[in-house]
Order: sequence, then C-alpha cells, then structure tokens
Amino acid sequence: MAEFDSPAAILAAAQQVRDAGYQRWDVFTPFPIHGIDKVMGFKNSLVGWFSLAMGGGAFLSGMGLLWFTNAFDYPLIVGGKPMYSIPMSFVPSYILMVMGGAIGALVGMLALNQLPRLNHPLLKGGRFELVSRDKFMLVIGANDTQFSPVETRKLLESIGGKHIEIVEED
Amino acid sequence: MADASTNLKSLLPPVELRRQPVVENNQGLGWLTDKLSAFAEGKIPLWWWFFFLPSAFCATVILPFCLFYQVTTGVGVWGNNHPVMWGLDIVNFIWWVGVAHAGTLISALLFLTRQHWRTTIGRMAEAMTVFSVMMAGLYPAIHVGRAWFDWFMFPVPNSNGLWPQFRSPLMWDVFAVNTYVMVSMLFWFMGMIPDFAVLRDRATTRVRKAIFSALAMGWTGSASQWHHYEKAYVVLCGLCTLLVFTVSSIVGLDFCTAQLAGWHATIFPLYFVIGAVFCGFGMVLVILIPLRKWCGLQDIITMSHIDKVAKLALVSGLIIDYIYAMEFFIAWYSGDPYERWVFGHRLFGHTYGVLGWMLIGLNVVMTQFLWLKKVRSSLLALFIIGVLINIGMWTERFVIVVGSLYQDFLPANWGHYKPTIWDVGIYVGSLGTFAMLYLLFVKFLPMIAISEVKGATPQGNPHHPLGGAKGGRH
Repeated sequence: MAEFDSPAAILAAAQQVRDAGYQRWDVFTPFPIHGIDKVMGFKNSLVGWFSLAMGGGAFLSGMGLLWFTNAFDYPLIVGGKPMYSIPMSFVPSYILMVMGGAIGALVGMLALNQLPRLNHPLLKGGRFELVSRDKFMLVIGANDTQFSPVETRKLLESIGGKHIEIVEED
Repeated sequence: MADASTNLKSLLPPVELRRQPVVENNQGLGWLTDKLSAFAEGKIPLWWWFFFLPSAFCATVILPFCLFYQVTTGVGVWGNNHPVMWGLDIVNFIWWVGVAHAGTLISALLFLTRQHWRTTIGRMAEAMTVFSVMMAGLYPAIHVGRAWFDWFMFPVPNSNGLWPQFRSPLMWDVFAVNTYVMVSMLFWFMGMIPDFAVLRDRATTRVRKAIFSALAMGWTGSASQWHHYEKAYVVLCGLCTLLVFTVSSIVGLDFCTAQLAGWHATIFPLYFVIGAVFCGFGMVLVILIPLRKWCGLQDIITMSHIDKVAKLALVSGLIIDYIYAMEFFIAWYSGDPYERWVFGHRLFGHTYGVLGWMLIGLNVVMTQFLWLKKVRSSLLALFIIGVLINIGMWTERFVIVVGSLYQDFLPANWGHYKPTIWDVGIYVGSLGTFAMLYLLFVKFLPMIAISEVKGATPQGNPHHPLGGAKGGRH
C-alpha cells in the first residue's frame, strides 16, 4: 500500500503500475478521479442494466396488474371506456418503472461493490483512514503473480509513493 | 514562453464574467474535510436547542394530539363541509409536495447539467425534499376520513374481491407520492454513503465509529466502487428528474380532470410543476441563509450560490406569472360564462378577493425584485422574499382549491370555508415535524456532500495545477 498526495499523482502512478504489468491492484480515493476508469480498464458499469431490468420489470408488472385488477378479475366499466387501454395504465406503470429503476440502481451498485460488508482488511485503521480525507492510496494485491515484497516496494517508491506498508489479511 | 502566457492571460474573460470558484478561501482537501464535518462532530450549539425544542414539541405533542382527535372523531373537526370538501388538507398537501420539488431539481437536474455549484447545496436540498414529502404524504392518508381504510388505495387482495379504480388520477397520486418518498430517500441515502465513510474514519468514540461503520456499509472508496457508484448516481439522477416532472403533474391532473370551472384547465400539470419548483426555491433560500451563517459555511455556500438560487427562483417565478396570465386569458377567451365568472370572482369576489390580490402581489410583483443585483446580494432581503414566496404559493393553492369550490352555480352549492383550530394544529404540527427532522439531519448527518465538493474543487481535478498536474491547465 502506497500513499500519494494529489489526484494527478495517483493517476500517473496508476498508469505506471498498469504498465509494469500488475493485474491485481486498486486505487482508493476520497472522490472519483477523472480518467482513472480508463487507466484501470473498466468497461461500462453493469449498474445501468440492473436498473433497466428492475425498471422494465416494474413497468410490465404495473401494466399487468392494471389489466388483471380492472379488466380481468373484476371488470370495471368507467365512463364506457374500454376495459383495458394504454392511456389508463401508462401513468401508474411509469411511476412503478421509476421506483423499480431506482431500487435497481441502488441494489446493483451495492451488489457489484459487494456491499454491505462488515469487515475489510484495509479498514482496520492506520493511515488508510486518510483516504476519506485528502490522501490517495494505491494497493497492489499480494496475490498478484508479479508481486514480490522487494520489487513491488521499489516500484512504488520509484513512482513517488509514500508511507509504503504491507497490510496483512487476518 | 513568457509571451505565450501573457497572451493566454489576456484571452481570459473579464473579471465579472469569470466562473466563481465553488469554494472560497479554499485551503486544500484536508481543510475542506475538517470544515464540512465540523458541525456534525462539534458540540450542539445553543441556537440548535432554541429551535429544536419548540419544533420537537410541535412534532411530538401538537401533531399526535391533533391527529388523534381528528382520526377518532372524523374529518368534521376540520372546516371542510359542503360545498368545500377539500380544504386545508389538500392545500397543505400540494404545498408540501411543492416544497419538495426544488430539492430534487437542484440535486438531480443540476447534476445532469453538470453544475458544479450544486454540490454544496445539493444534500441540504435533498433532505428538504425527503422531509417535506413525508409531511405531504400525511395529508392524503388522513383526509380520507377513515384512515384505517387507507389500504383500500393499494391493490391488496381482499375478501370483498374489489380492486382500486385505476382510471382515477387520485389513484395515480397514491403511486406517485409513495414512489417519490421512496426514490428521494434512496437517492439521499446513496449520496451519503461515501460521506458516512468520512465520518466513520474521523470518529473518535466507539459509538460514533460503530454507527457510521454500519451506515457506510464497508465503503472503501476504491476505483471500482466509485465506478459503479457514479453510474448508479447518474441513473438515479435521471429517474429523479422524471419525478420532478411527474409527481406534481399528477397532482395537477387530480384537479383538471374535474368538471369544475377554475380547475378544468389543461395547463394545470405544468402549472403545478412550476409552482412547486418556485415554492421550493423559496424554501431553499429560507433554509440556506440562516444555516450557512450559524454553521459557519460562508466559504462553502457562497454568495454566488445564493445568487444562483435566487435567479432560479426568478426564472420559475416568471413562468408562474406567464401561467397566471394564460389562466385568465383562456378563461376569457373560452367564452364560457362560468369560467369567466370564476376568474372574475377570484379577484373581485366578496369573500376571498383579498387572497387573489395577495397572490398577485406576492408571486408576481414581489418576484420582480429578484431582477436587482442589490436584492440578490442582500441576505436579509432574500430571506424575506423566500418566506413571502412560500406564503404566496400557499395562498395560490388556497385560492385554487377553496376559491373554485365555495361558489358553484346552484344556490345549494353556495357556502363558506373557514379553517378550524384542528386544521391549523395539524399544519403547525407538520411544520414542526419538518423543522425537527431537518435540525436532526443538520446536526448528526453530513449536511454537505463532502466527497462531491472535494471532487468539484481545483485540488480534486487531476488536470489542474492545484490537483498536481504539471504543465498548467489543459
């Protein structure tokens, strides 16, 4: 784990770690850094699909619910209108779509981030607590095939990392 | 080199056109973190108790007492009676929903349009939304009279074999308001997760640590977490923006589907949305101006931000003025004698004519003061205008609801409406509950989006010299 002082420094460091060929590493920052997604090679987040699935599902269930209640199970004649029509069912279904989409986005975000979790080796205190303040951390996993306590430390030092330390998982 | 930089400098726009910094006197990210979490961590100041105790009294004594009496006795304790079947219950419902809308507009729509200044006031506006929708949700639940039958409004299988009638916009309203409560809470909560992590890492006592650890749910701030988080945030903003335009539209539909002169107008959905936003900006001014001073946030919520909120209030106020003009014009142009009578009566009628003029005075005339830079830079003036906008918009809803109902076109439908002490009590109780919840939020939760503000400063921009970039701006 190495510490950096500015968003530009962590961005540059991330580029160098990537170019050195490491696979299992991550950066921890107090806010999203513009451009880091590209360096880390992230593809478009799946959260949007979660939201679409939940929102679309809610919309269709809404349409189905209105058909079932007002046209099938207890056909209700209101003002001589058709038993079931799109204009009458669109608005509530649309509202349900918004609700489903919102829940999908939150649930998708939590699921993809594997949250909530009660324990994380990095969250045991120490300098990592500064990540939520003004420091930017770069962590290289010990399970990376290229990891070696000496070489990795050298790399982190050469790219300007400070307070380099090894975090043990218990 | 020297020449090139001087040339570049001369290309900068003049001082008055330059973009104002999001945060003034910025001394770095650490300083910002200290400053933004200071109030939630410090001792409870005296002014907080001064406002908290009375509002807690309203919330825990006046409101439950009035509700208990009203629910056990019936809606007859209110002033509602034939022909005015909708009174203060619906007026206050629309007013509270309206207050909520500006919060969503600030936090969602301004995010989608990438207005960096919204980061500083977004959280406070969202909290305003969440609490005022809660207050709004109270009224439809109790105005039905027999509150224990509220479940009839939901499609629950029951032994009568009956279902709700979904052709009624009142049913759509049930869905809209519930969704609004839920989605605005989700949005508010998700925005706070990274800031809970900030407070967790700063916590000095075990209890604080435990509470904020649970709320932050193990947030570490890794690049992949931010990646998914940002996506989810954009999606939620998009959905919330839809709600800004839907919820009040549906409330408007409740009215315009009725065959009542004064309600039966196609402009109502738009009318209610813009009225809601206008009223909400008034409330934002009322909340922000004292809190920024008392919480020591003058550098964060700068005069430039207040100025922008005032300008948005002016814009929405001007649209409202246009809609007023259209309402009267269409009433005349329709040639319908009933419509013409209702709108003439609105200003020159015997009972509520004063309210009609009050509405014009507050919402049309007074808003024009916001054109003046002098007014927009005076906190006192803006605070007063904010309060008056809220009173004006409350009057507008009263004029629409009661003013259209109390004089129909049959002598049997001529009546009066006067709110009773129980109408007023529930309104005061809901105001107190709102204030209590808001004060609790301000004191114990991150009231400013810490991580968002940091990301919007030059120190947070990896392509800015202050963010550590070499070679200047690009």
